[in-house]
Amino acid sequence: MDFGLTDEQKMFKRTFSDFSDEQVAPGAAERDEKEEFDMECWKKMADLGLAGLIVPEEYGGTNAGALVYVMAVEEISRNCASMGVTLSAHESLCVWPILHLGNEEQKQRWLPKLASGEHLGALALTEPGAGSDVGATATTAVKDGNEYVLNGTKIFITNAYYADVYVVLARTGAKEAKHGNSSYFVVEKGTPGFTFGKKEKKMGIKSSSTYELVFEDCRIPAENLLGNEGDGFKQTMHVLNGGRAGIAAQALGIAEGAFRHALAHALERQQFGKPIFVNQAVSFKLADMAMKIQAARNLVYEVAWREDAGLSYQMQGAFAKCYASDVAMQVTTEAVQVLGGYGYTREYPVERMMRDAKITQIYEGTNEIQRLTIANCLKRGETSNYDY
Amino acid sequence: MKVLVCVKQTFDTEAKIELKDGKISDAGINLIMNPYDEVAVEGGIQLKEKKLADEVVVVSAGSDKAMDAIRTALAMGADRGILVKQDTAADEYARAVALAAVMKEENPDIILAGHVAADDGSSQVPTRIAEILGLPHVNVITNLELADGKAVCTSEADGGTLVTEVSLPAVISCQVSWNEPRYPSMKGIMQAKKKPVATVDAAAADNKVAILEYSLPPAKSAGIKIEDAEPAEAAAKLADWMKNTVKVEVK
Repeated sequence: MDFGLTDEQKMFKRTFSDFSDEQVAPGAAERDEKEEFDMECWKKMADLGLAGLIVPEEYGGTNAGALVYVMAVEEISRNCASMGVTLSAHESLCVWPILHLGNEEQKQRWLPKLASGEHLGALALTEPGAGSDVGATATTAVKDGNEYVLNGTKIFITNAYYADVYVVLARTGAKEAKHGNSSYFVVEKGTPGFTFGKKEKKMGIKSSSTYELVFEDCRIPAENLLGNEGDGFKQTMHVLNGGRAGIAAQALGIAEGAFRHALAHALERQQFGKPIFVNQAVSFKLADMAMKIQAARNLVYEVAWREDAGLSYQMQGAFAKCYASDVAMQVTTEAVQVLGGYGYTREYPVERMMRDAKITQIYEGTNEIQRLTIANCLKRGETSNYDY
Repeated sequence: MKVLVCVKQTFDTEAKIELKDGKISDAGINLIMNPYDEVAVEGGIQLKEKKLADEVVVVSAGSDKAMDAIRTALAMGADRGILVKQDTAADEYARAVALAAVMKEENPDIILAGHVAADDGSSQVPTRIAEILGLPHVNVITNLELADGKAVCTSEADGGTLVTEVSLPAVISCQVSWNEPRYPSMKGIMQAKKKPVATVDAAAADNKVAILEYSLPPAKSAGIKIEDAEPAEAAAKLADWMKNTVKVEVK
């Protein structure tokens, strides 16, 4: 077993870290305050090459692998969870499905501009009546000659409005055939009949763009169907499985960011003539935070390593997403406590990080769904014990 | 036109320096490319992008760890690297002899370097290289223009700027304000390993300087707090403290 990164992976991680501290951190509080998506920051990330890390070179990416990609999400999220999820939604939820479900022509058509970051991507899955229950998708896609006609509403769509390419799940079969009635389509921004509804006002990740999508007799070419008609449910399991690593990495980054602020504060803040770190009530908190973060990092990196090695990672993906997001919530809450009154103000970033952490327990499959996934794996007799 | 850039692997500028057994301990220290040299690498790459240079070669003298600095420069866009294997205890003279030997072989038109390294801060190596090779040296440049086989360099000078025209080849060492170094690009990092790096042994040279002892600067002493005083009185007390206790030099 080798826990070491290669020389390239180390250089990637250091570059992400420097870039995040120098380019992403400075605007993070202001973006959050204004609740505005920062296209300029996204362009900087794209210029660095973050948008196409998992894309093969023939489609304009760098093919740096899943581990490098999760390190990018982690390092960006360490300073700004909103830009972290922007990257994660783009790459895990739009680029990944086109790369893995699309045919050669579709990859040629959409991937180069997504890989360069000229185009931003999004996934449209959740609906008012269908979130965790994917089979209940109500948006319909009806075939009409060489076209599909989409009707319905999607909600809570990350990157929406600013994204150019949307991977959309819609029902193509009978309502009753729950696991075989839906399909994925690519819908480009500007397609007639495709508009945006209300912008969500969120507790955290406020500068990540979240909108409703509205499809009203939206006609798209039949060749925009990803994979086979009716495979939507099965494909969703794959997409979300992959996406979990991205959100787990985001949660990990949030936790690491809050931890560093808490540690620096504890070493610096003087009370009764000594840094508060000398009190075990404080230093033990930090020890627990560091321990949990490292455990989360090992889970997250393992999932990415499994993907790069071509191994399955359904249970490990659920472990990583569920654990890292729970850790993010615990660590950010404790970080606010360590900073005390300062931590509760918007002058210090841990307040934002605590708000940002909450969503990681909810989206990309709630942690309840993650535990259900793990329980189902256990019921089937799966074990992660000997599976390295 | 061939550009050769000297780079040094140094401690991260945020590293906490500690002494162990009388020597600087590198345990747990993050190593980075000297930030001044990073500017020189960026300058070299920009010359290539402007089609003023055909090749950018990075050279570093030191242990195998210096390879990281070379790879980083390659990831930024340099074409190839040379690692001159040398004992890390080599002084500035021995370092300059080793690097100059490589430059004689390479015969570059411009030798770029940061004007100082962030670790020892001795500011000697570029000047010594120029001396050994018999080349002109322009220091602390903040701008560089090339035309007709000459370089026009803008340098910092006391209270103003100095513009120097120099014939090539020349050694030019730069100030950090010359440019903003780019991040290694993602494609650059992937390609860096495929770019050639030659490893050569350092030309023999004995140190001219022996380090007798290292010591850390004394801990910062506490300041003073002037309380319960009218502004004029407080200012007078503060001025007195600065003049007589801290002994601030007033120009």
